[in-house]
Amino acid sequence: MAAISREEVAHLARLSRLAVTEEELGTFAGQLDVILQAVAQVGEVAAADIPPTSHSVPLTNVLREDVVTPCLTPEEALSGAPDAEEQRFRVPRILDEDVAS
Amino acid sequence: MTTTLPAYDEVVARYEPVIGLETHVELGTNTKMFCGCPTDFGGEPNTRVCPVCLGLPGSLPVANKAAIEATIRIGLALNCSIATWCRFARKNYFYPDMPKNFQISQYDEPLCVDGYLDVEVNGETVRIGIERVHLEEDTGKTLHVGGATGRIHGATESLVDYNRAGIPLVEIVTKPIPGTGALAPEVARAYVTELRDVLRSLGVSDVRMEEGSLRCDVNTSLNLPGQEWGTRTETKNVNSLRSVERAVRSEMLRQAAVLGAGGRITQETRHFHEDTGDTTPGRSKETATDYRYFPEPDLVPLAPDPAWVQELKAALPELPRLHRRRLQQAWGLSDADMQSVLNAGAVELIEATVAAGATPAAARKWWLGELSRRANETGVELADIGATPTQVAELQGLVDAGKLNDKLARTVLEGVVAGEGSPTEIMTNRKLEVVSDTGALTAAVDEAIAANPAIADKVRSGKVAAAGALVGAVMKTTQGQADAQTVRALILERLTP
Repeated sequence: MAAISREEVAHLARLSRLAVTEEELGTFAGQLDVILQAVAQVGEVAAADIPPTSHSVPLTNVLREDVVTPCLTPEEALSGAPDAEEQRFRVPRILDEDVAS
Repeated sequence: MTTTLPAYDEVVARYEPVIGLETHVELGTNTKMFCGCPTDFGGEPNTRVCPVCLGLPGSLPVANKAAIEATIRIGLALNCSIATWCRFARKNYFYPDMPKNFQISQYDEPLCVDGYLDVEVNGETVRIGIERVHLEEDTGKTLHVGGATGRIHGATESLVDYNRAGIPLVEIVTKPIPGTGALAPEVARAYVTELRDVLRSLGVSDVRMEEGSLRCDVNTSLNLPGQEWGTRTETKNVNSLRSVERAVRSEMLRQAAVLGAGGRITQETRHFHEDTGDTTPGRSKETATDYRYFPEPDLVPLAPDPAWVQELKAALPELPRLHRRRLQQAWGLSDADMQSVLNAGAVELIEATVAAGATPAAARKWWLGELSRRANETGVELADIGATPTQVAELQGLVDAGKLNDKLARTVLEGVVAGEGSPTEIMTNRKLEVVSDTGALTAAVDEAIAANPAIADKVRSGKVAAAGALVGAVMKTTQGQADAQTVRALILERLTP
């Protein structure tokens, strides 16, 4: 059975605002399936004595002191932006969505 | 579509509300959550940004120790358990308010869980369960342009300022709060007020709702008694304590109207409108899976040392509820009197006025009397009325020293509120000081007696009450600047044996 369906790929494409054709959906579903199957092999060696991990480095509590460091100038900050106006990044409007928090 | 809203009494007689509150607090750290950019309010657009908070390739976030500490202290003050191990998570979404296309937040492993906050409503204590307290980063500010209205609908472009992006933001989520009935709107307001006071006492944020450093989302649902909880809506854009109360009430009325007409409540985000006091629908809620949360690979886990947590717990300040109880005793107030002080938002003002030298009774008199009246008339918060506790204490000092009588003191206070300076300056500049120069006062008294021989005779014949008219005459010639008691004594001294 496929690890990811065409519908799931279409949903992900919508969330990522990617215009994907019907034909491409099939292609990507197939490719993603191969990737997911490969990654799923890791699960086969998982055992009770191996705790799940999200990080390859066994560190905790890497923190910094609350001290101000220099910022970029607005010119530097905006230098890589495709477009800017009023010292702000200018982007196409995004409808039907709101801030995350 | 216009629906006639039912009466509030009918709504709470028929339905049981369940509310829940999500509060976001911008921490008052010097720097952002994951980089060293400053966090000050205001500032020209995109002047407080760096490769980390702009999400430029190759940059790596490092968590701010002061923000972690503040969050743990908030959790402790809210009686939460502090996680011994937890991680940040990426919340993925497509919107330009975060340049990375995701927000670093916490998902299934919040820093603090399972606490409570006791709040008082109408003299009753209501325990509000706290589900979680977690840490995330604030988003940038988008400005929608190209449309006529400046709102997102009709706009063609968005302009984004990332100064605010990355400022540490603590999210505090209550458990669902059932069983409050008709008091639900007041409970919601009391909770946010108490939470604000707790946060202020901890010194972790300036908690200014109007500047957005404290923001509140209100969940509301209705159900018939004995039935399952109803579908809830989430009302955003609730930017004042008063709005918290209004938002719950208006959403209860709206939902009751929909349910009463046989309709169903849609789970959705709604926006509160300060001007009309009602809510309108926003986007339909994305599900958590749509955010594709996963552990943030650029940050290592947090494992707060239990000894550190104990240290922070031991160093917590006296919390507002206990503090208020102590003040009530020190000021000798009944529960009802203390409640009116609380309702007026005058606790801290009176406390500071007492600290500046006034008696509790005098401090309370000014803040709950003249100043509250003016605040109500002009529609401003008492704390923003324009008079400071130090000035009120100074004013009372002038009264106590006999330099101002009550009427003059009120005039001086008006000057203080109008920004004319300190009470002493205003008294001097406007020549409002009580006439205590006995020579001038004696002359005014003699003049009044001479001008009103008939009244003077009455007093001489033993009708002491008639002296009031002479006192009035003296007060008039001295333009109210004499002490009435002194004037009266001077008159009687002359006219009675």
